[in-house]
Amino acid sequence: MSARLRSPGPTTDARPLAAADTLEITSAGTSRGLLSEIWRGRDLLLILAGRDVRLRYRQTALGVVWVVLLPVIGAAIFAFVFGRVAHLRSEGVAYFLFAYTGLVLWNFVSQTITRVTASLVGNAQLVSKVFFPRLILPLSTVLSTLLDLSVGLLVLVVLIPAYGVPLRFSLLLAPLWVLCALTLALGIGLVAAAAVVSYRDVQHVLPVGLQLLLYISPVAYAAAAVPAGVRRFYVANPLVGVLEGFRSAVLGTTPPTGRAIAYSLAAALIAAGGGVVSFVHMEQKFADVI
Amino acid sequence: MHALSDVSFDVAAGEALGIIGRNGAGKSTLLKILSRITRPSGGVVRLRGRVGSLLEVGTGFHPELTGRENIYLNGAILGMSRRDIRRRFDEIVAFAETERFLDTPVKRYSSGMYVRLAFAVAAHLETEILIVDEVLAVGDADFQRKCLGEMEGLRQQGRTLLFVSHNLVAIESVCHRAIYLEQGRVAFDGRADDAVSTYISRSEREGQRASRGRFDRTQTPEDGAIRITGVELRRNGKSLTDSLRLGDSLQVTVLGDRLVGKRLALGLRLRDESRQRLAGVSTAMRPPKGRSRSSDLVAFHLRRLTLTPGRYWLDVGLIDSRSGDYLDLFEGAATFDVEATDFYGSGFRVTHAEGPILLEFEWS
Repeated sequence: MSARLRSPGPTTDARPLAAADTLEITSAGTSRGLLSEIWRGRDLLLILAGRDVRLRYRQTALGVVWVVLLPVIGAAIFAFVFGRVAHLRSEGVAYFLFAYTGLVLWNFVSQTITRVTASLVGNAQLVSKVFFPRLILPLSTVLSTLLDLSVGLLVLVVLIPAYGVPLRFSLLLAPLWVLCALTLALGIGLVAAAAVVSYRDVQHVLPVGLQLLLYISPVAYAAAAVPAGVRRFYVANPLVGVLEGFRSAVLGTTPPTGRAIAYSLAAALIAAGGGVVSFVHMEQKFADVI
Repeated sequence: MHALSDVSFDVAAGEALGIIGRNGAGKSTLLKILSRITRPSGGVVRLRGRVGSLLEVGTGFHPELTGRENIYLNGAILGMSRRDIRRRFDEIVAFAETERFLDTPVKRYSSGMYVRLAFAVAAHLETEILIVDEVLAVGDADFQRKCLGEMEGLRQQGRTLLFVSHNLVAIESVCHRAIYLEQGRVAFDGRADDAVSTYISRSEREGQRASRGRFDRTQTPEDGAIRITGVELRRNGKSLTDSLRLGDSLQVTVLGDRLVGKRLALGLRLRDESRQRLAGVSTAMRPPKGRSRSSDLVAFHLRRLTLTPGRYWLDVGLIDSRSGDYLDLFEGAATFDVEATDFYGSGFRVTHAEGPILLEFEWS
C-alpha cells in the first residue's frame, strides 16, 4: 500500500500517520506486541467493565444491595452449620465475622474464575466479528469482580469494630492477599476460558469443581480444624495459604507458615503465567472455533 | 483445503476497492484476515494506517443498554477512544436521528432506528482504512441511500475503503476498482463495472448449466450451514421445460432445511438482466396458508405472469425477522426467460423496451 501521511477532509482526524500504525500480519502473528495492543484497547476494557456492572444491576429492585446481602446470608448459614451445629472453633472471633471474612475473599475468587471462564464464549459474537486483543475480555470482567469485592470489604470494615475486634495495622497487608488471590483466580480462569472455546464440557464441570474447592478451602472453618492425618494433602490447595493469610491480616487469627505463603505465591504466579501463555496460544483459533 | 490462495493485491491510499463473488468464494475470509479476526495460514498483509472494520452492523450492541451507552460501547469495540466518541457524539446522534430516544434501552427501538444508530457509530470511525462487509442489506431504501452517500463521502475524504457487497449497483457506485473472487482466487481485478459484468456473465453461465426447471445449489457458504438447497420452477402446474409465456401461472418451490419457523422470513427477489430489483415478496408480508406439512419446502404461487419478454433472475433469502440478518442468501438461485406472446389479443407484441412490468389495462 502506498503511503499517505495525512488524510485530508474536514471531519477526519488530522493526526499524521505514526510508525506504530503500520502493521504486518503473517501466519506467525503481527508485528505489534501484546502489551501495546492491550494499552491501545484500554478504553474498551473500561467500557466493557462498565457494561458488565450496569447490566448486572439494571432491572433489579435492590441493585447493589445484593452484593452485600449474598455474602452476609452465606456467612450466616456457615456460622449456623459450622459454628452452632458442628461446634467448630473460630479462634476467638465471632463465627459470623470469621465466616464472612473468608466468604468475601472466596466469592471474589470463585466469581473471577467463573466470569473469566465465560468471558470469551459469552461474547462469541464480538470475538467472531471484531478484532481486539482477546485478553481484554477476561481482564474487563476482573474489574467488575474487584468492584464487588470492594463493596464486601467496606462492609467488613464496618463489621470488624461492630464485633469488638480491633482494627490492626496488618489490615494493610490484606490488599497483597487480594492480589495473590486475583493472580491465582485469573490464571485458572484463563486456562478454563481457552479450553471452553473448544470444549463446552468445562462449563458443566466448573460449578462442581468450585463447589468442591469451597469445601476443601478454609472458608467456613479454620485450617486448624482439619485433622492432622489429612493435613499433608489439604495444604496442596494453594487457596489454604491465601485464605488463612487474608484472615489473619484482617482478624488477627493464626497466620499461615512461611512455607505455605511461599507455596501460595508460587502457585499464583505459575497459574497466571500458564494462563496467559495458554490463552494467547489458543487466541488465534478463537474466531474460527467459537 | 484453503478458503483463499494466491490472493495478492495492492490498494492505494484513498482508493475504494470492491470485493465481489458468490457465497463461499472467500470474501468473508479475506475480510476477516485483513481485520485480524482470523490469522492467515500463510502469506503477508501489510497495512499502513489504522484499520476500522465493520463486518456487521451493531456488533456488541446490547439490548438492555440505552442508546447513549451503546454508542460508547460500540464505538470502543470498533476501536474508537472515549475521547473520540465524546467529540463525535452529537454528529453520531444527528446522523442516526435518534435524539429523543438516547436514554431508552435499544431493545425498545424499532429495527430501523437500531440499524441507523449502529451504522452511525461505524460511519464516524476515524481510521485511515475502513473495511465494510455486506451491511447495506439491512435498513430501508432511504437509509441505504444515506449510507451509500456516507461511504462516498468517506472516499472523498481520502480514506481507503474495502467494500464487500452483494449489491452490485452499490459496488459500482462506490468503488473505482473491484476484484472478483472465485473459489478463493482472484478471477478478475480491474475497473468495478468490468468486474461486475464478469461476475454476472459467469453466474449466468452457471445458471444455464442447470436443467431448465430445477436449480440446485453447488457452492457452500463459508460460515454456517446451507439452509436453502435448491429452487424448482413450475409453469401451469407442470415442470418448466422451456420459456414462460406472458399470462402463465408460475410456481416457485424453495427447497431447504428449516425454512419455516418463528422469527424466520423466507423471501424471493426478482431481478431483470440489468440486475435491477423489480419486486420482492416474503413470508413476513403474507404467511403461508394452512399448516405446512414440513419446513423444508415452501412454494410461492403467482397466478398470472405480467413481465415483458426477457430473462429474469430470482434470489432466495432466509432472514432472521427480528434482527433482519440474512441466515442464508442464494443469489441468482434461478433464472427463467419470458417469451413474447400476443398478450392483449390485439396482435401487438410487447417487448422489454416498454419496461419490465406489463400492466393489465383497458382504454375507454
